Order: sequence, then C-alpha cells, then structure tokens
Amino acid sequence: MRANKSMQWMFLAAALLALPSLAIAQQGEVHVGKVTGHSGAGKQLYYRFCWGCHGFRGDGNGENGPYLNILPRNFVAATFKCRSTPTGTLPTDEDLYNSLGRGFNNSNMPGWISLTKQQRADMVAFIKTFSPRWKSDKPGDPIAVPTEPALSLQSIQHGKELFTKLECWKCHGPEGRGDGPSASTLTDSNEQPIRPYNFAEGSRFKCGATNHDLYKIFMTGLDGTPMPSFADVIKPEDAWDLVHYLRTLQVTHKSPELTLWMSTKEGAEFVKAQKVGGTPTGSGIKQ
Amino acid sequence: MFHWASASMKRRMPWLASLLVCGFLVLAFLLVDSRSASALPIPAGKVYAIPAFARKYGMPCSACHEAWPKLNNFGQLFKDNGYQMGNDRDAPIFQQPAYWPVSFRMTPHWHRVSVDRADIFNPATDSTTEGRLTTHGFDLSGMDILTAGTLAKNISFLLVPAAESDAVFGFEAANVRFSNLLKSSWLNIKVGKFELDNMISEKRIMTLSDFGGYQVYHFQPATEFSSDGSFTPFYTFGMGDNQIGAELSGHSKNDYTRYSAALLSSNDGSVGVPNGHGYDTYLTLSQAFEAGSLGLQRVGAFAYIGRAPTYLATSSLLADGFGQKSFYRAGFFGFWYLKKLDFMTMYTRGADNVFLGTGTPSFSPLPAGAQGPIWNAGFIETHLTVNPQFILVNRYELIRMSRQALPVTPGVFEPGVSVPSSDFGDIDALVFGYRYYPFMSSRVGFAIHNEFSTVRQRGGTWLLPGGSGKDLTNNSLFIGFDFIF
Repeated sequence: MRANKSMQWMFLAAALLALPSLAIAQQGEVHVGKVTGHSGAGKQLYYRFCWGCHGFRGDGNGENGPYLNILPRNFVAATFKCRSTPTGTLPTDEDLYNSLGRGFNNSNMPGWISLTKQQRADMVAFIKTFSPRWKSDKPGDPIAVPTEPALSLQSIQHGKELFTKLECWKCHGPEGRGDGPSASTLTDSNEQPIRPYNFAEGSRFKCGATNHDLYKIFMTGLDGTPMPSFADVIKPEDAWDLVHYLRTLQVTHKSPELTLWMSTKEGAEFVKAQKVGGTPTGSGIKQ
Repeated sequence: MFHWASASMKRRMPWLASLLVCGFLVLAFLLVDSRSASALPIPAGKVYAIPAFARKYGMPCSACHEAWPKLNNFGQLFKDNGYQMGNDRDAPIFQQPAYWPVSFRMTPHWHRVSVDRADIFNPATDSTTEGRLTTHGFDLSGMDILTAGTLAKNISFLLVPAAESDAVFGFEAANVRFSNLLKSSWLNIKVGKFELDNMISEKRIMTLSDFGGYQVYHFQPATEFSSDGSFTPFYTFGMGDNQIGAELSGHSKNDYTRYSAALLSSNDGSVGVPNGHGYDTYLTLSQAFEAGSLGLQRVGAFAYIGRAPTYLATSSLLADGFGQKSFYRAGFFGFWYLKKLDFMTMYTRGADNVFLGTGTPSFSPLPAGAQGPIWNAGFIETHLTVNPQFILVNRYELIRMSRQALPVTPGVFEPGVSVPSSDFGDIDALVFGYRYYPFMSSRVGFAIHNEFSTVRQRGGTWLLPGGSGKDLTNNSLFIGFDFIF
C-alpha cells in the first residue's frame, strides 16, 4: 500500500517535471512537411555554418558583416525578404526553410541544399529563437497564388503597360537593367545602398526562379528593401501578365515568354538591342 | 608501405627527455587561450592573414570542413561546383582588386619516432646488432602553398606548389576545371594533376604523425622489390598520390549522387612521362542518403585499373616503359554518421600481375611457382566531433595478403624465389589522437594536434639486410601546431 502511494507521488512529480520541458521542447520546434526541426540541434549547426556573417547573437554583426555589400540578415529584427505571407508579417517555417536551401542570388548567402532536410529544419528552429517577435506575432497566412493563365502576346503586352503604369521602370529601368532614375537613391532597412534587380543579366530572382516565385515577389514585396507589395494595387490576372512581361526582359535566359516575344518585330528588336558583348561574371552573351 | 625510419636515427634515448618535452608542450597547450568561439569572436578588421576561400566568401572554416582539412558535404559541393557557391559572386571580378587566392600551411611539431628491430651499426665496436632505435626532437612538416579559385564563371583552377620539410619543391597539384558544361552539374572536366576523386581523401587526412598515414593507399607486396637485393620498388603506385590526366565528373544538385571517370598517365603522378604511353582508368560512384537526425550517410565504390611497365628503354633524350602489365585496386567506402560520432570505412582489394608481383621483366622467365599477388585491406576511422573546435580521431587499419607472389617456404625469405610465410607483409596499423582548434575564424586556421601511431608488418625485418624475420613494429608520438593562413 505504502509502495503504491510512493509510486503515485513519483509519477506525479515526474509529470510535473515533464510539463515545462515539453512546453520548452514545443517552443523550439518547427514543422516543415514531415520533418520536425529542433532549435537545440539547430544551435550547433548555426555555430558551425552561420555565425561568420550573421553573428553570434543573430544580429547580422558577424566578423564578416562589415565586408559584405549586402549586409547579412538581422534575425533579431525578424524582417525577411522572401515570404509567402503578406508584407509586414512573419514568414512561415517553410518560407525560411526554402530560403536556406535556395540561398540568395547576388549576395554572399549560398544555398544550403547540401545539408539534410533535418539539418535545415533544425536551423530554422534556432533562427526563430533570436527575435521576441516569434513569440508575440504569428506568421501571416500565405497568399493565394491562382493558376497561371495561358501565355499570350496580349498578356505580355498588357504586362508591359503595367510595367509603365506601376512605375516599375523608375527603379528597374525601362529595359529592366536595374538602372532606373531612382536606382541610385535606394537603400535597404540597414541604410545600405541597394541595387534593383537587373533582369537583363539574371536568371534567378532573389526568392526563386519560377513564374510562381516571381508572382509571389511582387504580391508580397521584399520586406526590408524598397520593393513594395502590389497586392492591393493589381488584380491576380494582371499580376500574371506582369510576370509574363518581366520574363521577356531576361534576354539571356531562355523562356517561353521570351521566345513568344521575339516572334514579334517589336520583341525581336528589343532583345537584339539588349544583347551586348558579355558580362563581368564571364557568363557571356552570344551575339 | 609505410615510411622507413631515416638512417640518421640515434641510439635509444632516455625516456626522461621525451617526458620533459611532452610535459612542456602539454603545459603550452593548457596556457593557450582556449575560450570557446561563442565567447571570443575575433574582432572584425583586426585579422590580416586570410585563407583563400574563407577570405573570399567570409565563412568560418567549419562551414566547409567537418574539422579542417576534412570536408563536410557543403564543402564537397563547393569543390564539386568548381569552387563556386553559385550565388553569382564567384567570379574574380566580384572580389576586391587586392584579393589573392593563396594560403600557406605548415606544421611545426615535436615528434618521437621509434623503430623496432632495426639493424644498428655501432662504429665503436664495428658490429651490427638488431634492436630498437628511438629518436625525438623538434621538426618541421612540409609546406603547402594552396592557390585555388575561379578564373571566370565555371572555369576554376587549383595549384599547389609544395615543399618537403627540406624545402625540395614540387607540384603537388595543378589543374584547370571546366564546370557545369551544357549547364549541367553532371558534366565537368578537369585536366592536370589532381587527387583521385570521391574517396576518403589522403590529402585531407586527419592524422599527421610519421606512421599515421593511410597504409592501404600505398601498399605493394614485399615481393615487388627488386630481386637483386637492393629492395627498391620495381614500380611505384599509390592511390593516395595525385595523378596526371583528365577527369570527367558529375553530381546531383545537392551532391548526394556523385561520379567520376578519369584517364590517367601510368606514372603515378610523376612529370615528364617517365613511363611513357601507358594509361590508367579510375572510376567511382557514390550515393548519399539522409538518416533523420543521425546525419548524411554515404556509400560508394571505386576501381583503379592500371598498367605499369616491367622494364624501361632509355636514351639520352627520352625514357619509355615497355612490357606493361596490369594491376587493380577496387573496393567500397562509406561515411556513417551518428550525430557527432562518425565512421569512415573502406575495403580495398588489390591485385598485381605476376610479373609486377615478382619484379620480373616481361622478357624474363618467371620464378618457379610464381603467381599474381592478391591482398585485401580495410580500415575504420572514427571521429567524435565534440564541437567544431575539438575532434577526436581513431583509425585501425589492416592489410592481409590473400595470395603471395612467390611460393611459401616457412622461415626462408629469398628475394625472387620464396617468401617465409603466407602472412608475410601483412600490416596492422593503429592511430589515435585529437585536434583542437583554440579559436574559429573565417580568416585563419590553427589546430593543436596530438597523436600516437603504431604500425606492425609481419616478417618486416626480412626486408632489412641481415634481418631476423621477426615482425617490424614502429611507432610515433606527434605534437604539432598546424596552421594555415
């Protein structure tokens, strides 16, 4: 009888001890698909791979920070460029996971696709421990991306009109070369100069390479940069037209949009005028 | 084959001196500022010496290396991409004009080397006796000058002029690589002198002591030494040696799947085509797979099919090898991760043609009963990566002769005629130690390295003039300061 009572007390004590640890465990967890990331394991990975740029405290002040011309992300501020969520909101765990694997073009952030899914999920869990925002705010609801309509010349032409009407050219330049009249004045949230995306030289965007990614970029905006969200300005079908037109500005990157655009006289002349003798990256543009 | 002790070794020294020096070095280790990286970030802008890639990309050594020089999968992918991160910041044009892609590595050290059952000549008595020779002292390693990087997008280079510890220079590696041909990571071509791909890398070995090298990569049966008693190898080949040739390689986007096929000159990486017109082939394939929180596991297979001449024709202008005979080394390897504990395993089967195995020119008759020698070899190397700054290393390696080239006559070794036992030449090797990186930065690398190694060869003393036929057992203690900047 006495033994049974002792056992009951021990179970009760064990349960009481386990509760807070369960809560702590859940707080440091993220879920990406079937993978559960743990901040404890992520911490070890962070101090192996990330601290050189992002710093020991996640504030972007790593020992290399001063030497990078796009400063490393400040995880304490919890402002993220690549999201599927509306502007101003926190990204989803999957957004962070995808950013880690993809890396950021034209910055020092490489893609970490060579790490396992578990490792990337663990790192996401740890990155989320740097900012109190993750405790006070919830990630936004991912925006709905409607099915891409069929590609047509009308769609490209309409996208071109929107490019002018929405004044995209002011930053990205009339030919999408990132040399618009406002380009030299732009700064990011770190007060650092930032250059608009140059469509003529790039094939990948900051947040992906597909039409779907491009759609999301201007419907969610790139928080922390001057690139705003156009979600309240244009309708989804207009956004797809803009996507189709922007693809034609990527004159070094083969795409159905570019092929269709070049079948017109206007398009062929535009693309021919854009092709110059090479790029500093050595990628070269065939004449 | 392991390295033979130098002839300059002195008579057995008292242990007291070794102990005193060891004690002094241990004290030095303890006095090194060992605060952890998280507590001691290196102030930005205060460091000037910079390893080439860390300087270029601003990443700590631990990003690419499990513990340098051993690569992790991220570092392997970077290498397989032609030293490119793939974020459009790889081409030299993006670097500061002052950027120079050069690093230097060297390891001042103290070591104690002991060779068992050596023939010791004593000039005082004009007599030779068999015994143990031990020597110790401060020393230098060789020096590597590591230059590597991109010449343009998808064109990269590696150049490693390296000096032996006595400052004799050579080109350890020199190659140019064309990456992502046809915009595919599956098509890359490298030409020049390079390490064979996709195996446990000898160039990134975690052990540094005198007998701490991979025995399996350089083993050749004892019967391949010349039959004239000079005991010089008839031909030399080491899978761990950099070879000269061209390599086609490829990998998946995340580097989980890798392959390479190389066509190489049959001269073990020597310049000047000393053996002429022979070509070897090396093939390898590996696949990695995820095992949840345990980490990334990898298994692979490799095969080296080579040819070596059995005699040389020489002129004042050129030498060429003739009577070429074949050999092969083939096997499997695996990287097994259990979180912080990992194992590297390798099995190799080696075989040489009977002419190579007996050191017989192809125009000469073979010794009676001669056969092509065959052996099996393997090792298991264990790492416990406590954290990116501290790693424990252990390796056990064995080589077993499966078939001797010459008939066995128990207790009798007669070069070119017979061997004394069926296990003649078998090797057992054990090495253990640790590497401690007192600080971590993206500018320099520094490791305190402490290690002990021992190796035993069955009947090894037969290979010494007047040897008794007993096993040869050598060992080494190594305490070094491994730095790269």
